[in-house]
Amino acid sequence: MLRIMIVDQDPARSAVLEQALTDAGHRVVARTVDEGSLLQIVTDAQPDVVIIDMEAPGRDTLEDLREVSRDNPKPIIMFSNNRDGEYIRQAVQAGVSAYVVDGLSKERILPIVDVAIARFREFQALRRELADTKVQLADRKIVDKAKGILIQRKGLTEEQAYALLRKTAMNRGLRIADVARTLLSLEGMEG
Amino acid sequence: MTSAEPPNRDAVPEKSRLTLGFVPLTDCAPLVIAQEQGLFARHGLDVTLSREASWANIRDKVAAGLLDGAQMLASMPLATTLGLGEVQQATVTALSLDLNGNAITVSNAFYDEMATLDPDGSGEAPVAADRLKQLIDARHAAGRTPPVFAMVFPYSTHNYLLRYWLAAGGVDPDRDLRLVVIPPPQMVEALRIGAIDGFCVGEPWNAAAVAEGLGRVLTTSHDIWNNHPEKVLGVNADWAERYPATHKAVIKALIEATRWLDEPSNRRTAAELLSHPDYVGAPAEIIAMSMTGSYRYAAGDAPLPMPDFNVFSRYAANFPWRSHALWLLTQMVRWGQIREPIDLRGIAHTVYRPDLYRQAAGELAIVCPADDEKSEGAHAAPWQRDGMTLGADRFVDDSVFDPADPVAYLLGCELHHRKLDPAELFGPRGRP
Repeated sequence: MLRIMIVDQDPARSAVLEQALTDAGHRVVARTVDEGSLLQIVTDAQPDVVIIDMEAPGRDTLEDLREVSRDNPKPIIMFSNNRDGEYIRQAVQAGVSAYVVDGLSKERILPIVDVAIARFREFQALRRELADTKVQLADRKIVDKAKGILIQRKGLTEEQAYALLRKTAMNRGLRIADVARTLLSLEGMEG
Repeated sequence: MTSAEPPNRDAVPEKSRLTLGFVPLTDCAPLVIAQEQGLFARHGLDVTLSREASWANIRDKVAAGLLDGAQMLASMPLATTLGLGEVQQATVTALSLDLNGNAITVSNAFYDEMATLDPDGSGEAPVAADRLKQLIDARHAAGRTPPVFAMVFPYSTHNYLLRYWLAAGGVDPDRDLRLVVIPPPQMVEALRIGAIDGFCVGEPWNAAAVAEGLGRVLTTSHDIWNNHPEKVLGVNADWAERYPATHKAVIKALIEATRWLDEPSNRRTAAELLSHPDYVGAPAEIIAMSMTGSYRYAAGDAPLPMPDFNVFSRYAANFPWRSHALWLLTQMVRWGQIREPIDLRGIAHTVYRPDLYRQAAGELAIVCPADDEKSEGAHAAPWQRDGMTLGADRFVDDSVFDPADPVAYLLGCELHHRKLDPAELFGPRGRP
């Protein structure tokens, strides 16, 4: 079950959509025509996914919410009732959680919601992996710098320098990279 | 301008039927005037103007090729080229459409709260953000929630100017208050229902809030940075490559429109045209307030003369200064939007194209600045350069931005939320 929010200028159209989503076991937590209170509604309703008409002004509000809650973004499904959607889908970065669907019929929306969520989760996993890799690389750089200082100051070999960092980390229950960062900051250097 | 004779130096546009996008704001005026006065047609163009509901739509539709070009926020071509939002697409601008044009407005209740804390400052304008700081501190001490302010897009001049003004008064825009995005036409309603305490938006939406007795203007964006860049004509880089004569014809028509707009006697007509529901859809007298060179901070106040509130042509307003691009990029770094090391100068050079502007302006026999950059912030009054009058460029905190060293400038900004070390910004062309 997904908590879904619908933003559409056309209440009749979104009522049909709500029925279809409810029948499929989802829960529509908010349905709005977008008149300036979108932000409050998103905050209150806490949807898992937002379905929005591409011509709704509230698109800018949602885009900013994503910028602010970068670590916990929500998938957004955009739709338009003309061919524009098809073109824009190609322009929007693959994997980012904006998906444009052409038109909005009861039969089409359910598989699209499923695919959008699946692709969104896939993309989030990839992004997390990339972020982890970046942290690892940054950590390695810092540990190397700290080793360099120990080698210079204490006349240690590289292995001895690393062993010293590791021992300190273990004694204090810290990560090696954190010990290295502390050492560098004591030296007045930035990690 | 009334001459029906076609300009004889125009090359035939490669593409003559164009769709250009705009957002309902007073400063979509150059596009509207070029259309209504037949200036696009004079340059061999058959233009359809498309009113767009959001800046995200403008960006996506230009990127997807559904729009040939559009009115964009001066920072948008940079952000889109860098892929800061949902779309990454090489975008260029060779024309600035106007300078200034925004203001910061707060609700009456919020203004009264400020006035209670500092009765001496009551009635003064513009207001410095120090007074906002007093209110924030008082609310914090009383255990109340911080204020909520709205602007129009994460990658907007409004966001950067509002943050600049706040930081100059010691207010941390990310910790001391909450910043949200609301589309311009919905700002007044959001203020009315109390969803927000204040906003930074372009006209006519400040004037509308004042006229309805809902709010009070604290400061204009001109007071934050005199003659700051505001809207530009943005197109895809590959579109500009593919249709150079078309691009030039659009630029020439828009330059002529801005010259028409800076004739004071035309401003009232412009306000009438803009008021049409297909364009801005606000009453002509509200649009006319800033357009005819006057400004009202509060309902009941007499309008004050403010001739530079909307500048479309004078002060070399159409020139796409690379120093403007560089300053906007420093703000994206300052507030943590740019998170990867990039070559700031390289990006400013690729996206802002004074070379293309000079070609178009040259054919209209318009004098151009000789350099692509200028120092920003050193002039408190209009000044002369290359035989032309440029506008004041003072910042509210009197600081100076030297485009030759954006890294030093960034290091000098004490209040920031950078996500990268400015030293990493040195690219192959990081320094001249």
